[in-house]
Amino acid sequence: MPLDTQIDPATHKFKLVGSRPLRPDGVDKVTGRARFGADATAPGMLVGRILRSPHAHARIRKIDTSRAEKLPGVKAIVTQADFKDAKGDQDVVCNVMARDKALYDGHAVAAVAATDALVARKALKLIKVDYEVLPHVTDVDESMKPGAPLLHAGMITEGVEPPPKKASNVAGRCEFGHGDPETGFKQADVVIERTFKTEATHQGYIEPHACLASVTADGHADLWVCTQGHYMVRNVCAEILGMDVSRLRVTASEIGGGFGGKTTVFIEPVALALARKSGKPVKIVMSREEVFRASGPTSSASMTVKIGVTRAGKITGAFADIRMQGGAFAGAPTSLGAMSAFACYDLEHVKAIGWDVVTNRPKQAAYRAPGAPMVAFAVESVLDELAQKIGMDPIELRLKNAAKEGTQSSYGPKFNRIGLTACLEAARKHPHYTAKLGPNQGRGIAAGFWFNFGGQTCVSLNIGVDGTVALAVGTPDIGGSRASMCLIAAEELGIPYDKVRAIVADTSSLGHNDISEGSRVTFSTGLATIQAARDAIGKLCARAAKMWGISPEAVVWENGYAKPAGSNAGNFEPLSLAAIAKKAAKTGGPIAGHYEVNADGAGVSFAVHLTDAEVDPETGRVQIKRYTVVQDAGKAVHPSYVEGQFQGGAVQGIGWAINEEYVYGKDGRLQNPGFLDYRIPVASDLPMIDTVIVEVPNPGHPYGVRGVGETSIVPPLAAVANAVSNAAGVRLTALPMSPPRVLKAIDEAAAVKKRKR
Amino acid sequence: MTKINVSTTINGDAVDYLCDAESTLLDVLRDQLGLTGSKEGCGTGDCGACSVLVDGRVTCSCLVLGAEAEGRTILTVEGIAEGGKLHPLQEKFLEFAALQCGVCTPGFLVASKALLDRNPNPTEEEIRFGLAGNLCRCTGYDKIVRAVQAAAAEMRKG
Amino acid sequence: MRYEAPTTINAAVKLLAGKAGVARVLAGGTDLLVQMRTDRIAPDLVVDVKRIAGMRAIATGAKGFKIGAAVSGAELGEHKALRKAWPGVVEAANLIGPKQIQSRATIAGNVCNASPAADSVPALVAAGASAVIAGTKGKRTVPVETIAVGPGRTSLKKGEIVEAILLPKRPPRSGDAYLRFIPRSEMDIAVVGVGVSLTLDTKGVCTAARVALGAVAERVLLVPEAAKALIGSKIDDDALARLAAAASAACRPIDDKRGTKEFRIKIAGVLAKRAAQAAAARARGK
Repeated sequence: MPLDTQIDPATHKFKLVGSRPLRPDGVDKVTGRARFGADATAPGMLVGRILRSPHAHARIRKIDTSRAEKLPGVKAIVTQADFKDAKGDQDVVCNVMARDKALYDGHAVAAVAATDALVARKALKLIKVDYEVLPHVTDVDESMKPGAPLLHAGMITEGVEPPPKKASNVAGRCEFGHGDPETGFKQADVVIERTFKTEATHQGYIEPHACLASVTADGHADLWVCTQGHYMVRNVCAEILGMDVSRLRVTASEIGGGFGGKTTVFIEPVALALARKSGKPVKIVMSREEVFRASGPTSSASMTVKIGVTRAGKITGAFADIRMQGGAFAGAPTSLGAMSAFACYDLEHVKAIGWDVVTNRPKQAAYRAPGAPMVAFAVESVLDELAQKIGMDPIELRLKNAAKEGTQSSYGPKFNRIGLTACLEAARKHPHYTAKLGPNQGRGIAAGFWFNFGGQTCVSLNIGVDGTVALAVGTPDIGGSRASMCLIAAEELGIPYDKVRAIVADTSSLGHNDISEGSRVTFSTGLATIQAARDAIGKLCARAAKMWGISPEAVVWENGYAKPAGSNAGNFEPLSLAAIAKKAAKTGGPIAGHYEVNADGAGVSFAVHLTDAEVDPETGRVQIKRYTVVQDAGKAVHPSYVEGQFQGGAVQGIGWAINEEYVYGKDGRLQNPGFLDYRIPVASDLPMIDTVIVEVPNPGHPYGVRGVGETSIVPPLAAVANAVSNAAGVRLTALPMSPPRVLKAIDEAAAVKKRKR
Repeated sequence: MTKINVSTTINGDAVDYLCDAESTLLDVLRDQLGLTGSKEGCGTGDCGACSVLVDGRVTCSCLVLGAEAEGRTILTVEGIAEGGKLHPLQEKFLEFAALQCGVCTPGFLVASKALLDRNPNPTEEEIRFGLAGNLCRCTGYDKIVRAVQAAAAEMRKG
Repeated sequence: MRYEAPTTINAAVKLLAGKAGVARVLAGGTDLLVQMRTDRIAPDLVVDVKRIAGMRAIATGAKGFKIGAAVSGAELGEHKALRKAWPGVVEAANLIGPKQIQSRATIAGNVCNASPAADSVPALVAAGASAVIAGTKGKRTVPVETIAVGPGRTSLKKGEIVEAILLPKRPPRSGDAYLRFIPRSEMDIAVVGVGVSLTLDTKGVCTAARVALGAVAERVLLVPEAAKALIGSKIDDDALARLAAAASAACRPIDDKRGTKEFRIKIAGVLAKRAAQAAAARARGK
């Protein structure tokens, strides 16, 4: 069977794909047996703990570890001195262990490995760090000002011609678009320009970072870790520790949430360094406070958006200036934000500029569609206001300008087949859109876009002696992907779902796989699984041919059986996968299918969210009363987990919109490093989250699959802001819309009204 | 350092252990008894991932000292299924896809059991407030609430 | 650290009085263990009072209720007579954290932790509750509002333990209520809390009232000016407006991660009004 066999996903009748079987890892997870990052132990294991800077910005004059070293039970201590020769991305190295300066509250400055947690804790207190406290800056706009405390003496803004002569906190500038927005604004009847701010938020995965490292005297290392990408961990750690990649085997534990936050290293190189130095296994588990202070939250943003429309609802010009701080090192997702800003719309004149700014905060990490939610908040808020100004239904305004197949996107490429219009129409048809609102309630809608990614992927499909299948993938399962991969393999092979078991292989058992990020797993690991299955089917057909003594080309695979291609091929009873597997030893040995790919063709996806918010006019408190997610999944492989992605993304967005924020004090220290005051939504805050799965097949995938994980967090900030603004009667331009902020906006609007009277 | 000798009952079995005065029940369960089903998400009682039943009441095991367990009856997620038979809550969590990453799931199951043990027919609001001490970051709670409703209905049938 | 679980109050007092260094009482532990975990305190001695006879009991007598210091919020919520007599106190106690905290947290602990934002304290103060304190020199009974003197600081002397909280008998035609403001629906610390307890005469005129505010000063405040606004009124709009103004005027809050000064002052007025309405509805038998 040729590998490029295409089906038409729009008309094809799938046998298993699209059904909702139980997940293969489910029983382990409901009985407490599943092993997460912190659940592993090793004989003789030490406890690793990290000492962190209490200062937002400080020169490290000296670190004195002598007293800690003498404490009984302390087996190893590492500091910057142990990482001074580390190769690789120096920002990553420097983030893992501060070098000459501590750049944020929580920056690691030393680590100990001790026989137990109490000793380790005591040892940390005995390490004396001599700091020279420096002025700090945590706000993006403040950090861009001339005269702001400089984080890196050598930081010259990239992307500016000619390059600036003076160092600043602006790491880079980027620009996307086409046409000329100013020309567009001249053609408009109404132009609105507004400035928006969003606070930094954290992915808030419930499982703190955890790992267990061991290094033998001859340099063989093993690492057990909760991560979205164990191959990334291997490559990065091997480089930092100066070891061969093949000497380090990394096993991905079950992962207790990531959302992008587990796509880099923090504690892993430290645990390995401590294990190497002590000669014993070392386990490091972050506390929740460490997770907040020292892992990677998302950027905070300051944005100016200007859009012009005609009375007929045509967007004539659009402009965005996006400023994001990404913590102490370059890398805020400004370019993704700028690229996605206007991607929903078909525009003649569009420009988005992004500024990547450093501040004294932890280095940002990816958070579900990095950069897009905050920019969508700004753009979709202005569109909502424009629709009101011209008296047009907000969905109608978006439909009139929606990007379609063939539209040149605002970030460059032409769109292939896409589902924005289908989502907008489904939202307009949904009963939610016309339901009656109660007192103090407002409705908001917003659209959102995300690119989705493919990337390097490698899959092995091994057929057992009884014809059951072991599927080895290399992308950690962050939301039920093993179930989807089993469905896909079973679909291709024509065998029952429960005859396939998928596992996440360690880095020594399977070729390189990129991180589980960019909504890429169901798309690219799915694609590789399809192709690995087809590779195996080719071999199965060849074995059947051998058993029958006919040519392999004369055998076809149908519904789990090898069959002669036609009457000319001969008259043989079809052979099941199990029957062929049983004879494998005699027909050429084990049967397996493989596929390696750098997957391209991940289809972009769009979502439209509807929500009703109620605002208490006396307190500014916001309650979400109803929420509906409409999103294009291309093809939903396991609809329950697709819905789960829709719902989870929406609720993270609701949290971001209403209550979640990093609060820094004047001293530059994080004020709320815990779930008590970093307020993620709880069950009683929310209604049910309705979902509508739209399926507009992605031409780049055999089944039409599009990634679904990230798009769902793009519209909610804007949808909630529009609902709250409509309920409160005043436009909210800063997130989170916490009660003090909403009440202030209501009171100020009332005061203005009074003055006008 | 003198350790404290504790005799208690965990998941129906009599258990004796020695612990430090500072150790929490969660530390003891995870690090000494190998019961790693209870998770530490925060260590400060804000996430519910370490929920266990102590004498039938749901409690954060991170906020109980190991020494306090003397003479008590403890139930952890490992004790919810009866032998090889899953509890209706466990079955419904699977059927309704009420877990994605699964790290909060043990705490939700324990808290849900406590809820249904006292209130076999809770309203949606009672379920939501009953589980407000358990944070889930993957699901948005929708499927969890539905799974608890379905399990309650199943259990009422007997 | 040493852990002790004495079975008599005298033994507990003796342990606490005799220990040099940091000694702490462990009842529900929902504050103590968090403080230990986050390195805010490192006690040398922890005295678990849950095994002392009577500490986990609610006694009902002619004078009212005696609530043992180790009675959990969940147990309070399940006590029908108490819930009927002092619904505001019970609802306040039941707002301290989710079910996992309710199974452990105690009102005596809430009082002794001396957080200005403690949920049960404004309700207890409004209710006129007092605390029985055992110490090396015997027992004394004091109004609840005199225990906290500032954030985390109490008027208790070394070796003293709150043994029980006393709630008076509920007069006829009276009601109490506690409302707090939090951004979420659960799991937050009060940004403002208001407890109101009041009594009406047969004509519906308020004859007695107590109003207490939480999270707007360094400790819970009893605000007589706010009570004055209610007394003599039928809890009408004018009285409620005066109550709100008096409540706001009594606030001396700080700006912090949970709210601004301006916000707290305003919300104190709003909540005082709403709590008074709820208490009045209860007093009217609704």
